Amino acid sequence: MTKKGLALLLVFVLLGTLALTGCGDDTPSINVYNWGDYIDMDVIRQFEKEYGIKVRYDTFATNEDLYVKLKQGGSSYDVIFPSDYMIERMTREDLLVKLDKGNIPNMSKIDEKFLNRDYDPGNEYSVPYMWGTVGIIYNKTMIDKPLTSWADLWNEEYKGQIIMLNSQRDSLAVALKKLGFSMNTRNIDELEAAKEELVRQKPLVDAYLGDDIKGVIVAGDAAIGVVWSGDAVAMIRDNPDLEYVIPSEGTNLWFDAMVIPKNAKNKEGAEKFIDFMTRPDISAKNTEYIGYSTPIPEAKELLTDEIKNSLVAYPTDEMIENTEIFKDPTDIIGEYDRIWTELTSEQ
Amino acid sequence: MVEKSIKRIYTFLIFMFLYAPIIVLIIFSFNNSKSRGVWNGFTLKWYIELFKDREILKALYNTLLIAISSSIISTILGTFAAIGIYNMNGIFKKIILNLNYLPVLNPDILTAVSLMALFRFSKLEFGLFTMLLSHITFCVPYVILSILPKLKQMNIYLYEAAMDLGATPFYALRKVIIPQIMPGIITGGLMAFTLSIDDFVISFFNTGHGVSNLSIAIYSMARRGINPVINALSTLMFISMLILLFTINKRNDKDLIEGGR
Repeated sequence: MTKKGLALLLVFVLLGTLALTGCGDDTPSINVYNWGDYIDMDVIRQFEKEYGIKVRYDTFATNEDLYVKLKQGGSSYDVIFPSDYMIERMTREDLLVKLDKGNIPNMSKIDEKFLNRDYDPGNEYSVPYMWGTVGIIYNKTMIDKPLTSWADLWNEEYKGQIIMLNSQRDSLAVALKKLGFSMNTRNIDELEAAKEELVRQKPLVDAYLGDDIKGVIVAGDAAIGVVWSGDAVAMIRDNPDLEYVIPSEGTNLWFDAMVIPKNAKNKEGAEKFIDFMTRPDISAKNTEYIGYSTPIPEAKELLTDEIKNSLVAYPTDEMIENTEIFKDPTDIIGEYDRIWTELTSEQ
Repeated sequence: MVEKSIKRIYTFLIFMFLYAPIIVLIIFSFNNSKSRGVWNGFTLKWYIELFKDREILKALYNTLLIAISSSIISTILGTFAAIGIYNMNGIFKKIILNLNYLPVLNPDILTAVSLMALFRFSKLEFGLFTMLLSHITFCVPYVILSILPKLKQMNIYLYEAAMDLGATPFYALRKVIIPQIMPGIITGGLMAFTLSIDDFVISFFNTGHGVSNLSIAIYSMARRGINPVINALSTLMFISMLILLFTINKRNDKDLIEGGR
């Protein structure tokens, strides 16, 4: 009967730990909700040590997952990391609180050009965390002449060599930009025209992929792909034959930023956390781990020369001159869905 | 001769199909690069990073904690429920049996969302506790279903004989019924354990701040690509399962083998 005794003991031990984790102790804590694998965990430990605030850390996969969690209620977060268009939507639906900038002095370290963008005028709600562009990556050994524009993705010569993103918003943005329209257009005719472009491109496309695009291009199984700049940096490190270009027609500029939701329980701690994350040495640590681009010039200076001088991670101002930030698509999402379904069912 | 080699090739193909993904995963846990497509040399760094990664270890801890406690609790609940159902009669038994089938047939997402609504309605704070409750909820019917057949196989007169010989009902339950249905209980417990480790949908909707299990942690890496640390972790889990299987087989405990099916 020792087996049964053991089982009983186990039950009690487990219930004990449950009870312990259930009712938290008295040290102040904050709940942080971030993208998966999007922080150097040492930074969290350092924050806990310096401020005596415990961090309960949790991760999500898409902006929409984050939105559902926030709307669903039941759990409260103190700091979350939505992207640009989601911040716009959350602000409109009154889900966020205004930041007290006096508590976030490090905000002054952020490069002016990343502040006061359309998704949050005056940065009343958000502090940028990472940013980047979307562009074309191609293998120089497989493509003879340099690619420069989205239109190159419609070149018959590259049939079967092109990998597009399996994402309605991003792929439509490529077609819209190629045609010279805004990627935030709400004009149905323009969206239809973009759909026709994508239908025309379809025979040339080898596959529509998500995150696996990286492996396929690095391995040389396809020559051309549409990727995010941060991923491009890592891909080029794995395969130096690759080259990243920001297409001449203009592209998507994106931000992930830190905001505080309305139902936060520890706003003071949340602002301390945001300020800490905006400190140059901390931002540099995170940037080094993630491989994306920091909006803080002093943090950039702390990185290795190879990254610091990389035009992939830190393009010049002219290169990102005609970029656009995604706007909240809620009112037109049905059209996107319809177009994408029609495109994917096209033979 | 030809027939034999065809048999062999067929078996080989089946096992290839089943195990190729795991083998690839194990190989790439030693790959010196974050990308999954290219081999970049041998390294153990993902294993070292795994033991330094607080987030993933916490998720593993949560997964095991939930799996062990929910399987133990649901096995206890399920065992008594099964004995109770077995002793029912007529239409009532039929109704209860079908009520028990329903959660098994229901899509996971339905269970997940309805539990979420219930927890929110009862103002419970989402976290480890709600996740545990939901896991117990979906495990109990499976436990009942794996114990009922064993009860049917049991000789009902054994219990009466024990009573005739002076055993109290509780003593007879402990010494006669439970040992008879032990293989079913173990099967049920193991099933609950694996179901709980597997589950994503129900956990995702019924967890709260700071609490994620492995499946949620892995899913949330979708945008940036699965960290190879996960390959290392999966390799270690696969090996522990293998060792567990070997020790169980080696013990050659008849009940366990019957129950482990």
